[in-house]
Amino acid sequence: MNKFFERRYVVTGIFMVIILTLLGRLYYIQIVDDRYTIYANSNVRRTQIVYPSRGPILDRNGKILVQNVPIYDIMVNPKEVKAFDTAAFCKLVGIDKEGFDKRLAKAIKYSPNRESIFEKQLSVELYASFQERLFEFPGFYVQPRTVRTYPDSTAAQFLGFIGEAQERDIKRSNGYYRPGDYIGVTGVEKAYEPVLRGQRGVKIQMVDSRGVPKGSFANGAFDTVARSGERLTSSLDITLQKLGEKLMKNKLGSIVAIEPSTGEILCYVSSPTYDPNLMVGRERGNNAAKMYNDPYKPFFIRPIQAQYPPGSSFKPLSALIGLQEGIISPELTYYCTGHYWAGNHMVPCNKGEAHGSVNLSRAVAESCNGYFSMVFQKIIDRQGGKFTEATFEDWRNNVMKFGLGSRLDLDMPAESRGNVPTPLHYDNVYKKGRWRSSTIVSLAIGQGELLATPLQMANLECTIANRGFFYKPHLIKAIGTENVIKKEYTQRNYVGIDPKYFEPVIDGMQAVVDNGTGRRSKIPDIVMCGKTGTAQNPHGEDNSVFVAFAPRDNPKIAIAVVVENSGEGAHWAAPIASFIVEKYLKGKITPRESGITVDYFANANRLPDLNLYALDLKKERMRDSIRSARADSVRKLKADSAKKAAQMKTTKNNKPGSWSLLAGRGAGK
Amino acid sequence: MNNQRSFFFNVDWITVLIYLALCIIGWFNIHAAVFDDKHPSIVDTATNYGKQFIYINVAIVVAIIILLLESRFLTALAPAFYAITVLLLVVVLVVGRNVGGNQAWINIGGGFRLQPSEFAKFATCLLLARYLSSVNIKVTELKSFVFAAGIILLPMLLIKLQPDDGSTLVFCSLIFVLYREGLSPYFLIVTGLFITLFIGSLLMNHWYLIGALVAVTALLVYVFKRNRKFTMQMIIGMVICIAFVFSVPPIYQHVLKEHQRTRIDEMLGLSNDLRGKGYNVNQSKIAIGSGKMWGKGYLKGTQTKYAFVPEQSTDFIFCTVGEEWGFAGSIVVLGLYLFLLLRLIYISERQRSPFSRIYGYGVASILFFHVVINIAMTIGFMPVIGIPLPFISYGGSSLLSFTILLFILIKLDSNRMGIV
Repeated sequence: MNKFFERRYVVTGIFMVIILTLLGRLYYIQIVDDRYTIYANSNVRRTQIVYPSRGPILDRNGKILVQNVPIYDIMVNPKEVKAFDTAAFCKLVGIDKEGFDKRLAKAIKYSPNRESIFEKQLSVELYASFQERLFEFPGFYVQPRTVRTYPDSTAAQFLGFIGEAQERDIKRSNGYYRPGDYIGVTGVEKAYEPVLRGQRGVKIQMVDSRGVPKGSFANGAFDTVARSGERLTSSLDITLQKLGEKLMKNKLGSIVAIEPSTGEILCYVSSPTYDPNLMVGRERGNNAAKMYNDPYKPFFIRPIQAQYPPGSSFKPLSALIGLQEGIISPELTYYCTGHYWAGNHMVPCNKGEAHGSVNLSRAVAESCNGYFSMVFQKIIDRQGGKFTEATFEDWRNNVMKFGLGSRLDLDMPAESRGNVPTPLHYDNVYKKGRWRSSTIVSLAIGQGELLATPLQMANLECTIANRGFFYKPHLIKAIGTENVIKKEYTQRNYVGIDPKYFEPVIDGMQAVVDNGTGRRSKIPDIVMCGKTGTAQNPHGEDNSVFVAFAPRDNPKIAIAVVVENSGEGAHWAAPIASFIVEKYLKGKITPRESGITVDYFANANRLPDLNLYALDLKKERMRDSIRSARADSVRKLKADSAKKAAQMKTTKNNKPGSWSLLAGRGAGK
Repeated sequence: MNNQRSFFFNVDWITVLIYLALCIIGWFNIHAAVFDDKHPSIVDTATNYGKQFIYINVAIVVAIIILLLESRFLTALAPAFYAITVLLLVVVLVVGRNVGGNQAWINIGGGFRLQPSEFAKFATCLLLARYLSSVNIKVTELKSFVFAAGIILLPMLLIKLQPDDGSTLVFCSLIFVLYREGLSPYFLIVTGLFITLFIGSLLMNHWYLIGALVAVTALLVYVFKRNRKFTMQMIIGMVICIAFVFSVPPIYQHVLKEHQRTRIDEMLGLSNDLRGKGYNVNQSKIAIGSGKMWGKGYLKGTQTKYAFVPEQSTDFIFCTVGEEWGFAGSIVVLGLYLFLLLRLIYISERQRSPFSRIYGYGVASILFFHVVINIAMTIGFMPVIGIPLPFISYGGSSLLSFTILLFILIKLDSNRMGIV
């Protein structure tokens, strides 16, 4: 026993306190704090996305429009790279020494221990020769991927293309897409992205501290399998499409052909077009830049983005509204003197030559401006000049029922609305109450502020062919192997015109082709009803327009053709349309009485002079700025009226009981 | 014969069992920490766990040899052991192999290496015990104290030259021995106070610390106002403390080395470089923290298996315990250590000879220091100081030296009835 004996307790105490403190801390980080489990998991788990293959797209007869082909990315793991013959490597892959160093530096920067992409998208041929000598290049691997390929190089504007997801795509998708993912950028690839892309799978891998994979996590219990994208069956007929593209070669314009009984689009030509294969592979960037700079704008999707005054092709619609409203009867005759006076505003007709006495059918057949101006004025003035705005609004609603002036909701992105002017527009231009039917009479013959896309024009023909209704036009008729069709495409959209009013109009349209302006385009043994149009074009020569459907009874095809800068509809648009119609109905093209041939039209060059065209575009841009200035004033007006409405609402709110009254009414129902 | 039997009968089997338990826990955790797919067997000598198995066997043989030695032999040879280790510590500075920045190893052929600093621990303990147990030596006397301190400081100095900070610090633990033998408690209090002030002045504004010091002094002076001498001492103490607080930043900047500073910064949270300097400790905390209550299971620790924690079989072996066996494992291991320490104090106190008692406290202090510094380091409570976890960390030298350290005490204890 020694005198400092009691100090054992002090030492014991210190030992216990400190070790218990450590245990307390351990309790905290092991039991209380959950962060470390999360950190440990994020350390070792690498979630790898397994990309499904994108869905293929077929034409209406099952022919492949786009599918996937394998390509090969060269991967490199810098850690495993040893000295080798870089010159041979560069020659095989088709890069120079500088590019090689740059790529390797990039890979090392990404990770010195992990694989990253060295060179993207080697073709099968390049891959084959590279593969043979791969063993000479330690640290390099080849990873197969798939890209889109277009066996017939057709329907580029319909198919669109895919590209790497941009910042905004990633943001909008709430993190679904990651940098480097592919996403539909235009066309059907964009419109049907969620269907085409399939369902991504997830593979959770375990990695060690240097990122080297160490097998699957929990034996793959949390992995999911990738499901391939759905197959899409488009409504296009590839032979028709190719014929259309051939006919429209070296021309600006579009062809839209629709099956009236379904709303399925058979032909969707935008010219100039391009080979969709150019937007795939290693040269994609260069090709895209070239096309963006092409003054004829191949990326401009003319069938739905270009807007033209429909011109005379609008006249049947003008007549139909008159008939439905009871303003005119088919028998009504009008004596054409060669010009029509609307107030003190003269509408020339037939280059000043008198049509003489015309009824409805003849007016359609001979495209009598006077007749339709008369009908239009009668419609608008039926309640006297005082009610011009109301009757015009009424007329406008009737026109819009045909799908003009608003989007038809085609299953493609970037559709234009076209334009049917509003009363407000005229109020702005002429001041309220200061415009009359005579002021706006050019609408009667499809001019003035009226604008329609080729799709809308074709849809109008469908409506006439169906005698009063249309199906929403669409480009994809079935989704997946079970051929699902969207319900909205099976519903009829009635336009509010009695079927009996169509026959006299159709009589006139038949006459157009049989012995009118379109007689050169008459197809042997087929009754085609059409209407030529010559839409004024501020950029130069008029746009040649032709709309039609055939055969007259039980129509199988409705079509709209626009050839820009080509003058009268009868000269260019009508023959082109007739070839498409004949090819579709007969499967072949027979010699014509008029002697016109496909080859003649296919070889004709109607591209506008580039210098003039560029100048026009510049002018147009200026005009656009003026128009947008005007539009601003409209917007301001709208904003003002909205403000007023809001003020009224607040005053209403102040009235006690007004809301409870509404609520009570609601409950009573 | 009779003598032999009574000798084994007197061995403190509880301590031996704890020792064996810790060795086996260590062996299994090393197996998990450096598990190699190609050599899965725990006794495969191509691997470190296989080697550890050999070391454990060697250690047991050495332990038995120690138990068979004469106690007197140990007492008598204490100065010789000390002299040899000091010599080796000098030799290692000349011909030693540099491993991990420390010139701490001597090659002894056959692929084996010796770490003299490990053996300096028990040699110093023995000599300290021998000296302090001599007649007429009292720690309370200045001359004796200085001599005792010299025994401790000489190996410290030599190890510091390697420079192995961890092993150097371990010798500080012997202050508990001196305390037990009569050193003024002020030494402990002052040491604690200075550590607190050092950390405090790194973490907060000097003026708060000084304010606190003045306030505490004023309070103490007020409470003991009748004792003038005490008042004077307090005031002098306060002045020294304030001077120390002011000297901390220059010491910190100029005396400590870069890596030491960053380790302290990381521990105190002054810097947070999880990918660089704080990587080890952060990964170690993740490993231990992700173990939860029951751990991820033997050989299933992801942090362990996939090498996120460096030095995992040696200094950071506790990560494997924490990750694969969870808080339960932590309790078992720390519990065993605490039990061992308390048992060692109990054994020391039952010795009749001061030599054995002092040596026993030395053993307890050194083990305590190793355990606390090592585990505190793995959970970010201490700056990273590379010292092994006794009996558990991989390494022949450390296992052997801890075994010798412990079994000399067991031997002395088995002889406690005899006269030394």
